Amino acid sequence: MRKIRNFSIIAHINHGKSTLADRLIQRTGLVEPRDFRDQILDTMDIERERGITIKSQAVTLPYSTKKGEHFDLNLIDTPGHVDFSYEVSRALAACEGVLLLVDAAQGVEAQTVANLYAAMEHDLTIIPVINKIDLPSADIDRVKEQIEVELGLDSDLAVLCSAKEGLGIDDIFKAITEQIPAPEGSAAAPLRALIFDAHYDPFRGTIVSCRVFEGCVRPGDTIRLMSHGATYKVEEVGVFRLNRERKDSLSAGEVGYLIAGIKTVSDTRIGDTITLDSEPATVPLPGFKAVKPVVFSSIYPVSSEDYLALSDSLEKYKLNDAALVFQKDSSAALGMGFRCGYLGLLHLEIVQERLEREFGQFIVMTVPTVQYRFQLKNGKTVSIDNPMYYPDPVTIQQGLEPYIKAAILIPERYMGAVMDLCLERRAVNARISYPTTGRIEIQFDMPLAEVIYDFYDRLKTVTQGYGSFDYELLDYRANDLVKLDILVNGEKVDALSQIVHRDRARSRAVQACERLKEEIPRHLFKIPIQGVVGGTIIARSTISPFRKDVTAKCYGGDITRKRKLLEKQKKGKKRMKMIGSVNIPQNAFISVLRSEQRK
Amino acid sequence: MPANTTRTKADTPHHSRGPGLYVHIPFCKTKCPYCAFYSVESLSLIPRWLDAFEKEVVHSQHGFGAFETLYLGGGTPSVLTMRDLERVIQGLSCHFTFAADTEITIEGNPGDLTKDKAHGLRSLGFNRVNLGVQSFNDGELTFLGRRHTAGEAERALRHLRCAGFENIGVDLMYGLPGQSSETWLETLTRTLTFQPEHISCYQLTFERGTAFWKKKEQGIFRALGQEREREFFLMSSSFLEDAGYIHYEISNFAREPAFVSRHNRKYWFHIPYLGLGPSAHSFCESTRWWNLRSVKKYCEVLERGDLPVAGRERLTEEQIRLEAVSLGLRTNQGVELTDITGGPETEHTLRTLQDAGLIQVSNGRLKATREGFLVADRLPLCFFP
Repeated sequence: MRKIRNFSIIAHINHGKSTLADRLIQRTGLVEPRDFRDQILDTMDIERERGITIKSQAVTLPYSTKKGEHFDLNLIDTPGHVDFSYEVSRALAACEGVLLLVDAAQGVEAQTVANLYAAMEHDLTIIPVINKIDLPSADIDRVKEQIEVELGLDSDLAVLCSAKEGLGIDDIFKAITEQIPAPEGSAAAPLRALIFDAHYDPFRGTIVSCRVFEGCVRPGDTIRLMSHGATYKVEEVGVFRLNRERKDSLSAGEVGYLIAGIKTVSDTRIGDTITLDSEPATVPLPGFKAVKPVVFSSIYPVSSEDYLALSDSLEKYKLNDAALVFQKDSSAALGMGFRCGYLGLLHLEIVQERLEREFGQFIVMTVPTVQYRFQLKNGKTVSIDNPMYYPDPVTIQQGLEPYIKAAILIPERYMGAVMDLCLERRAVNARISYPTTGRIEIQFDMPLAEVIYDFYDRLKTVTQGYGSFDYELLDYRANDLVKLDILVNGEKVDALSQIVHRDRARSRAVQACERLKEEIPRHLFKIPIQGVVGGTIIARSTISPFRKDVTAKCYGGDITRKRKLLEKQKKGKKRMKMIGSVNIPQNAFISVLRSEQRK
Repeated sequence: MPANTTRTKADTPHHSRGPGLYVHIPFCKTKCPYCAFYSVESLSLIPRWLDAFEKEVVHSQHGFGAFETLYLGGGTPSVLTMRDLERVIQGLSCHFTFAADTEITIEGNPGDLTKDKAHGLRSLGFNRVNLGVQSFNDGELTFLGRRHTAGEAERALRHLRCAGFENIGVDLMYGLPGQSSETWLETLTRTLTFQPEHISCYQLTFERGTAFWKKKEQGIFRALGQEREREFFLMSSSFLEDAGYIHYEISNFAREPAFVSRHNRKYWFHIPYLGLGPSAHSFCESTRWWNLRSVKKYCEVLERGDLPVAGRERLTEEQIRLEAVSLGLRTNQGVELTDITGGPETEHTLRTLQDAGLIQVSNGRLKATREGFLVADRLPLCFFP
């Protein structure tokens, strides 16, 4: 009989999760050494390029102890960035324990704490693991103290390791098998399996990742999705071994996949409970909290005829990223599209990239914004997450914008720089605490709108990478909010409008005009770009035209060469959106929020 | 002649759609450091090349019909002796048919055009000479690596007139590093004293693979810069138009409509043409093909009995349209409005480009203005989504 342990690794970003997962996989011999590559669970190109984990990945590791006990260890890898905490919480719901990884040099960081709380909410066994002990700057005693004081965990139980060097890996296996409890739940009870992830395969339909809590499911069974009662016949079940591996059944305690010919993409809801149609469970498993998007922007196809394809792609994409919410939208400048809500800016960028890479969609994303509220003179309050629907200014009593509690953890020496950055972003009510010597935590109340774009990047820059940042939504506060419109070649481009604080309007307008000047290529005519608030031009830039571009000779062989060049340029144009007579590159829309020129 | 009912000025007899014949003579006494056309300096290869050429003529009997133009280009066709030229012409007239009023052009270097040569060319049947004058400034000619002087060019032009040539083209070049407007205007002025029927003003460009390109890469030369290039272009255009010439293509001017280069038009309007000789291009029925760019290989292949074709492409309708728009906008004929995509976006683009003074629309045709010519490489894409 094989024993089962279900666990996850949680950590602050860059504390070495993926490397540790790599080592665990290698040690169990799941991959031949020659097939191994770093970050093996990060299967998406985008994850490997950025060196981050975006998606949770499940893998079943076969492990045998020296005493001859055989285990199936289900590892569910999770992302570290704050934007993907939703992915983390879903992964945790399928586990009994976690490895809480802490960098021996960096110590406890904002996401370490946030992840710890998430694990505690799920009542999981927590094994602290101190990683990177091989670093010259490793300070194990200090980190142990932090684990005791800041996390409230028993630091004597902490396992020391260096995932990079492969040190302490056996101790980690020992801790997993001995400390994390075996899953409970009876295989004889009615089936209850939690859907924690899904993705779409063009040949097999939806592939559901699930954790079976009770009962057992086999190919041929008819399953029922408890949220809406739809039934499907199971075609295949199995476990993840980097690739899918078929099994005869999945039963209580196991983590694996299920294919049941689910072609209607929207039928699969992450957090839903699967049961058997013939012997249904009475109560579904507790699902997940619905996520609330905090950043909004619209997605349009670069070419309007691709609207239906985009719609289809979004449906399929959503299956694999439950945090994305979207609904139909339309713009005078961009045509038909979708208004989308994201968990944060990184999430937004990932959505854009994945839609392009995995679904081949050329899209334009509009300026991200938060959800504002406007109290109108007639007593009504409206929520606005799209600047296009900014109410008529004369009807507005007052505008309200969401504030966050920002928690920034930094080495003391960066305090001045961080204070400057935060005050520039309209932060108020600073509170400073000293969790450990040499490090400070600053808390601010800040408008969410000020952090949604490049705040995190800027913070990293001013703290040379040492700053960590976390936030939670606080409340709505009254502010003087105006709508900034952008005119390109005299035409208002609604997709570029922003709602901004009146005091920030001019600097935001200048910034937008400058960014657009960099992003929009030269045309054959002069293109003025203007920032306008309430009919007044408050900023302006001009893109000067091509002065000369013509080949002198065009005879026999020149013609083919010339056509090939035109065809190449034509291809480049496909990534631009034509507004009036101006071709605007897809990235220009989002660039207006960038405060500095990108390298 | 096509059964095209909507006739424009472009379809006068001088602008008919009969095929053209091009012969590439790949020899030069000395290679000019700016020139990227294919040629070799080993004149000793000429006899072997001539034999091979005659074989190409025999093998290349496509269904082109009677040619309306014949153009000997290069290289430097005038380096061939009269005897060799006679062989070329004889070979062609034996195997191809030509229309009665065929335009027969030879490109010449002023250094080769003695009085005898001029008369000889005339008696061989040439009725048009395109003379590579480039400049009437000896300093500039040295810079360009030309083997003739300004004085020789003037003499050559007089010899050609004396020999009875009534259609002479002069090639000039501007935009030389350090060139002043004055020397350029002087070249233009001295050109006009001969009232050539045709003038080509080419901007000096640095073509990959040439000696000048290397010098530019090494930083020895600097390109003139967009603003100066504009000045030279606009100066040439207005100066020659004031003198009565028609600016009918980016780099080409004709004294009268009849003197537009009938041969070059074939390239710009997808009229069939057959190109013989190394590196020559041909076009017929949506297919373009080109010959080997090596005299040696060219000869070897023909000696084996094969055609020296190096590559071919079959153009899709969309590619033809793209070429037609891009080439048409380089000429004063422009393009038919119906050739560019319709729809509100096109309307908008047309208006914007008109407002910017780059194009004009009249009689259902879209044409580039003088300012438009300056950005002609950018114009076509405005009409392709």
